Amino acid sequence: MTATEETAAESAPEKPLDWLGQSIKRKEDDRFLAGRGHYIEDIDLPNMLHMAILRSPYAHATINSIDTTEAAALPGVVAVVTGELLAQHNLAWMPTLSGDTQAVLATDKVRMQGQEVACVIAEDRYVAHDALELIDVDYEPLPAVVNPFAALEEGAPLIRDDKEGQTDNRVYHWEAGDAAATEEAFLEAHKVVAVDTHYPRSHPSPLECCGCVADLNPASHRATIYMTSQAPHAIRTVFALVTGLPEQNIQIISPDIGGGFGNKVPVYPGYVVATAASLLLGRPVKWIEDRTGNLISTGFARDFHMKGELAVARDGTMLGVRVKMLSDQGYAYADAQPSKLKAGLFHIVTGSYDLPAAHVVCDGAYTNKAPGGVAYRCSFRVTEASFLIERLVQNAAVELGLDPAELRRRNFIQPEQFPYTSATGFVYDSGDYETAMDMALEMAGYDELRAEQQRRRTEGGKLLGIGLASMTEALGAGPSRDYDILGIKMFDSAELRVHPTGKAILKLGVRHQGQGHETTFAQIVAHELGIPPDDILVHEGDTDNTPYGLGTYASRSTPVAGAAAAMVSRTLREKAKKIAAHLLEVSEDDLEWEHDRFSVKGAPSQTKTIQEIAFAAYTNHPMGMEAGLEGVHYYDPPNLTFPFATYVVVVEVDPETGEWQPIHVVAIDDCGVRINPMIVEGQIMGASPRASPWPPCRRSPSTTTATASGPTSWTT
Amino acid sequence: MFPSNFEYFAPTTLDEALGLLAEHGEEAKVLAGGQSLIPLMKLRFAAPAVVIDINRVAGLDHLEESKRGRGFLRIGALVRNATLERSDLLADRYPTMATAAPLISDPIVRNQGTLVGSLCHADPQGDFGSVMLALDGEVVVKSTAGERRIPIKRFLDGPFTSTIRPDELAVEARVPSPEGRFSGTYLKLERKVGDFATVGVAVFVSTERGKVTRAGIGLTGVGATNIKATEAEAALVGNRLTDATIDEASRLAAAAADPRTDVRGSADYKRDVVRVYVARGLQELSGARAA
Amino acid sequence: MKQSITVTVNGQSRSAEVEPRMLLVHLLRDVFRLTGAHVGCDTTSCGVCTVLVDGTPVKSCTMFGVQVDGRSVTTVEGLAANGAMHPIQEAFKEEHGLQCGFCTPAMMLVATALLEENPDPTEDDIRWAISGNLCRCTGYQNIVKSVQFCAEQMRQASAGAPS
Repeated sequence: MTATEETAAESAPEKPLDWLGQSIKRKEDDRFLAGRGHYIEDIDLPNMLHMAILRSPYAHATINSIDTTEAAALPGVVAVVTGELLAQHNLAWMPTLSGDTQAVLATDKVRMQGQEVACVIAEDRYVAHDALELIDVDYEPLPAVVNPFAALEEGAPLIRDDKEGQTDNRVYHWEAGDAAATEEAFLEAHKVVAVDTHYPRSHPSPLECCGCVADLNPASHRATIYMTSQAPHAIRTVFALVTGLPEQNIQIISPDIGGGFGNKVPVYPGYVVATAASLLLGRPVKWIEDRTGNLISTGFARDFHMKGELAVARDGTMLGVRVKMLSDQGYAYADAQPSKLKAGLFHIVTGSYDLPAAHVVCDGAYTNKAPGGVAYRCSFRVTEASFLIERLVQNAAVELGLDPAELRRRNFIQPEQFPYTSATGFVYDSGDYETAMDMALEMAGYDELRAEQQRRRTEGGKLLGIGLASMTEALGAGPSRDYDILGIKMFDSAELRVHPTGKAILKLGVRHQGQGHETTFAQIVAHELGIPPDDILVHEGDTDNTPYGLGTYASRSTPVAGAAAAMVSRTLREKAKKIAAHLLEVSEDDLEWEHDRFSVKGAPSQTKTIQEIAFAAYTNHPMGMEAGLEGVHYYDPPNLTFPFATYVVVVEVDPETGEWQPIHVVAIDDCGVRINPMIVEGQIMGASPRASPWPPCRRSPSTTTATASGPTSWTT
Repeated sequence: MFPSNFEYFAPTTLDEALGLLAEHGEEAKVLAGGQSLIPLMKLRFAAPAVVIDINRVAGLDHLEESKRGRGFLRIGALVRNATLERSDLLADRYPTMATAAPLISDPIVRNQGTLVGSLCHADPQGDFGSVMLALDGEVVVKSTAGERRIPIKRFLDGPFTSTIRPDELAVEARVPSPEGRFSGTYLKLERKVGDFATVGVAVFVSTERGKVTRAGIGLTGVGATNIKATEAEAALVGNRLTDATIDEASRLAAAAADPRTDVRGSADYKRDVVRVYVARGLQELSGARAA
Repeated sequence: MKQSITVTVNGQSRSAEVEPRMLLVHLLRDVFRLTGAHVGCDTTSCGVCTVLVDGTPVKSCTMFGVQVDGRSVTTVEGLAANGAMHPIQEAFKEEHGLQCGFCTPAMMLVATALLEENPDPTEDDIRWAISGNLCRCTGYQNIVKSVQFCAEQMRQASAGAPS
């Protein structure tokens, strides 16, 4: 060994950190902490106009006339847009993400309260709202249908009389599982436990409402549309189809998003009108939704009326489950979900249990309500399914006189059964449900809790409620053979460019809204290539500058786009290996990779770091090889992924008033590899309180919000 | 959410404010804390042509006890709810109001909102209306023509309606000072912080030699206005607080409630919560009395 | 109709001509171009517009700009000093007290006002202080921890500071 080599060996860094699994602080935080986040309302373009929307006070009414004369004459008002004007440009209706149609501005009728009827475009927001009061709409109210069961009754008012061939209010009928096998299983049952429940309509209610700034430059013909969208690429395609603008001229930019939770997936009339107005007026048009508009008209979640039956044997063995579900779709079928799966992944309703037979019948009905049906903090309709099966199991436990934990234990799919094909056709990848439940029970002190619960029942005072749920989710949509939105397959994508100085930019087709992508995805690349996360810029939400992707919703970004980031990193590593071999003048086979460098096998001091290789990729790459260190990967997942969890929630209940307060929550989640545990735990802590409005099933017509006085203790 | 245009005045003296009200009263709204008025203006449920901002008027931020007559508490029109929440005077002498104050809306709104403004707003779900009813308070209003003192029961006229005239300014709320042994509390059922009361109950009793000499029960959110449960109060006066009298009073209070079914609960549920809360409030007071 | 006002914003005197109906949040955002205060609701419910007026938290969507004439307003942009983060900003980063960031400026301002009045708050004190501010991402747990962390850091700093 030469002296030089010795020195090099001595000064070699310690074994470098693997960035996977590190709770590093979030890269995106600094701008938000400084008040320098860049949200839709912060965008201010020269010569920009402001738009305000007039909404229908009626749930169902014929529009006889709309008089905009006075509004248009108000100083500061530039234009008043009505459905009639849009119809002249063939823009009065638009497609929904489920292939239905939805009015942009009402022409013939309004079909929900809050429906968009006219828009004012003005120099100033205050003036735009002044003008709304001057628009005179002559409505003739019609009977409104707000109950999906009533909507499907014979003689119910036909809501979608605009649709050719639509003779009733049925949106879809969809089935999964095996009806005959399930009937047979029920014949064997010792007991059939039933639940008839409504998981009420809810609203994701991100703190930031929706909005857009549409800037159609009449000179360049470019349409730059800033928009609160969780799925900018899909929106670009929809916009190209709706407006007829060439897709290359449309750039959708999703700036920082103040929470989405599914609410910012659909296409909303406000986006389309603002775009049309900018096109017609040649000036940027900004529309910022108010909270009333957000709650009354945008993508809701849930609203499933569910009848479930669970067949159990005398010993508690579950034999089969059958479900009839009626979904209240509002006046348009605008669920953001795979086209083949009319009720999303609701057929995962067999849950964590080895249920040999299942049959799920789903119907959707039009009602005079807002359309939506978004995946609110979950995968497509999985929450509804979990709610139903866990309620059935709870009721079965009561009816059989078994502890709910024990009944679950007797029926969990066992670790050796994976991969497990469920009765409705899912192939669960892996799981260890009993271990998760045991951990949860132990952390909660389940046996003591049950004793305490008993004690309180006899002694009086506040009662103790102990909720137990063991979920299996299906997420990461999805494999292209089964999953698409409007025909676009549910792949996602990542483009990675490593610059000559060894710094990188990762561009993704998804768009985060607080989930921490800028950190998590940097860690994925760091893990694969050894470039520190601080040296990686994660860029999302700009359709000109990121590869096509389906967006961030339904718990799919990390399993799909995250996988794409890993895959593209590996591709670059392969190229890096060729460059390293060239630089070190050895064969590729003689190289081994460790963390951030290739070393010559048996001569560990002969190394090239990823930074050195990146530099060489632009300055000294092998003859015949393309320069640069860049790549793009479109990832098509082979299957969904099936994380599981057991939660124990303890609440105190005032038996006289029904007031209740969660006092302890234990969440055991198996989400697979935790890329950044701090962020993972943050997501779980953030999601869990969202469940708190549901146990009492508050049928709020608008929204529910968690309070600041949440649970007093957490374990994750 | 953008209010309509209005003309804005920010008088610095009471005379100036009253002069402006005399001139613009019919089309004017008085702005104090603004925590009800401004949301209404943003929603354009209210569109006053003139806004008279009294926040710069001197001499309206007093919170003190007067010894005149049998004594009374004076709460100026610019006393913020946050001040009430932190007041030792209230905690010691006016427990019904002291326990209600921290339950009004949320801490940031309380930094601006005022009790007098809340009374003028006359929201049947306003908590202070019930407190004032339980305590037999009154509102002092002034105009260029002079001063009136309006008992709270006559002041609250209907949902969002009070008997204050357009040219008058509510300058102060008054509550008689307690006598003998006394206690009081406010119980509120709300879905979340900042929500309006599903049910609110204000209770107050003073006793002499174990017998109730004065009883006050006010109900929030269970009628077109705040309700003074006078029969329940009468059932207590002259009696001791026992399980039987408490049961009777809470039953009568529930009967006085006239709630409506809405998203916060059914009418039957709310009426029963009135019963439970009045009973709990009185039991709490009887405990305090025994101590 | 416009009125002329002068406001001290983050220590700087700023003047503007505004319609009386202009809300404080719009004065800050649209006129003074300080976009850290956000708008999240129509009804004084969410608190994301919270700023400090003369040191006291107010919901700036529920105050007219003309009302702050001659007064002092602090926004999130006024927290950092001399290029260094305020301890509350450090704390929110340290304890993962933010996700989408929309409620964060308001939460931090409320926290600084609390710590000014009560340097050693209990968990209940903190939950009381932020109970007028909604967050839809975090579940509040880490916001509470952030405020606790900040309080601890500030106490240590003042204990270590020369008297």
